Amino acid sequence: MLGEQIIKGMAVTAKNFFGSYVSKERLTTVQYPEEHLAQKENTRQFPFLVYDGDDWEKGLRCVACQICEKECPPKCIYIVKSKDKKPDYKGQLQVYPATFDIDISVCMSCQICVEVCPFESIKMDTKFELSTADRFGGLLLTKDKLAKSNSYYQKMHPQDAADSDAVIAAEKAKAEAKAKAAAEAKVKAEAEAKAKATAAAATAPVGAPVPTSPPPAAK
Amino acid sequence: MNAVAAMPPKSFEVKPKLDESGTPIGELLEISMGPHHPSTHGVFRMDVVLDGETVVKLKPVFGYLHRNHEKIGENISYLANMPYTDRLDYFCSMTNNWAYALTVEKLAGLAVPERAEYIRVIMAELTRLQNHTCLIGFFLQDMGALGTPMMYAFREREKILDLFESVSGARMMCNYMRFGGVRVDVNDEWIAQAKKVVSDYSKFLDEFGTFLTENEIVLARTQFIGVMSKELAVNASITGPMLRAAGVNYDLRKVDKYGIYGRFNFQVPVGEHGDIYDRYMVRVLEMRESIKILEQALRDIPAGPVMDPKSRLRGFRPKPGEVYGRVEGPKGELGFYLISDGSPNPYRYRVRPPSFVNLTILEDMCLGHRISDAVVILGSVDIVLGEVDR
Repeated sequence: MLGEQIIKGMAVTAKNFFGSYVSKERLTTVQYPEEHLAQKENTRQFPFLVYDGDDWEKGLRCVACQICEKECPPKCIYIVKSKDKKPDYKGQLQVYPATFDIDISVCMSCQICVEVCPFESIKMDTKFELSTADRFGGLLLTKDKLAKSNSYYQKMHPQDAADSDAVIAAEKAKAEAKAKAAAEAKVKAEAEAKAKATAAAATAPVGAPVPTSPPPAAK
Repeated sequence: MNAVAAMPPKSFEVKPKLDESGTPIGELLEISMGPHHPSTHGVFRMDVVLDGETVVKLKPVFGYLHRNHEKIGENISYLANMPYTDRLDYFCSMTNNWAYALTVEKLAGLAVPERAEYIRVIMAELTRLQNHTCLIGFFLQDMGALGTPMMYAFREREKILDLFESVSGARMMCNYMRFGGVRVDVNDEWIAQAKKVVSDYSKFLDEFGTFLTENEIVLARTQFIGVMSKELAVNASITGPMLRAAGVNYDLRKVDKYGIYGRFNFQVPVGEHGDIYDRYMVRVLEMRESIKILEQALRDIPAGPVMDPKSRLRGFRPKPGEVYGRVEGPKGELGFYLISDGSPNPYRYRVRPPSFVNLTILEDMCLGHRISDAVVILGSVDIVLGEVDR
């Protein structure tokens, strides 16, 4: 019969239409501004800078190595290195970003900056409702707007944050162990030098120069 | 497909009236369809010359979405080009990633771990499912079925995009594959979810089938429209479902057996008439085969690492050389050609987009048909302008 299949098709439509009133599976949309769908664990939107502790300026992990600036595909990151240095989480003197801007109207959320960062300092945010009326400066995020605390990151991506914390803790432990070893070596060398010097002073004829060994340079 | 075979071929040769010198006379009308016509799937223009309602000449005009993809690729590192490949064919970012990663792996001599190969196959087949589903929705909308099939298609597609988002972080611009593996591993929960989506998908295809496959209006609008002969398809180097609908059994998954496609048991559906209905039907059957591949892959996926330990993110410099890598994308053969001079950036980079090549014979398919059929024929070619214009 001509039109039989059309009627069958209409039955499918009717099933879907009336089904949307009873079955949750057939009603897949939500009323957006009032309701939100749950976000996925790995969702990424735009990058931010992680800082440790409470003071964002002091605790910023970024050391302005500019790898992300170089690797960023649409070139939306702009970094100026600082002239002076300040200690990082390892206690080592490092430069820091005097300027760190991300133009998120250019950013394409690709996550390449996060992957190439060797210092776990740039991560992806999940905020997406960022519309602004300011056409020129509103989407240019400067350092103070980009800086977000580590606890914020831990809350957002618990698994990833734990991983990156582990990496940083390992680095820190390594640096501390190294510093401790260096300090111990220094103390030992000094003691040895002292012992040697006293021994030399005891045996050497009077007037001869006392041999001294320079202490090994601490790292 | 018995309904197609039973119907006698109709002659659609409507020729414009000619004067003695052979030039058409009468009321020929030249229309510029596009670039923002809703049927053009993006920004694409057809300069159509009409005799009455019949197309007598058609010139595709494109380049509105040109954004210098290949030149940008030569000025950034190999890794930084990966997210740009997502934006070629924005429906199939996973297969684009795979094709590019495959090419660079060939160039740099990287091996891909077993688990990563399985994940790649799963992602590529999910991409094929959602691309074909969307395409059917789109071209039914071109035919005048406003909304309903497309909404059903998008409802199902969203389930697959959810899978993509939960593993890669983005619905469409996945940027998931890396040279020598994939970026993040999938967990057991994800695999269970994927299994559920795949098993539900055949139910959806059944529903879609009752809805459309033998619908009289669909048959009337698609059978013997836009016929492309086997010879023309081969000569114009058409690939993908378009070529198979014309009756040529050529699928890179069977021919090249790239990745681990040699291990899976699946068939390649082949059409016989080369009209729009065959193109539709080949895609529906291909989705069924994709489900078969997915079931096997999700069952057999082994444990293990997902990245080659030799692969490096920073300071990646392949040896000088040139290479061409290709995969069977949902739209056809997607190829990348790369020349390396040993620097961090490619020396030369070129994309062979399937939908651009498939678009070249649009005029041959449209001549003699009505203007409303030209819209459906364009829909059945399955173009994405991000890939055509690059």
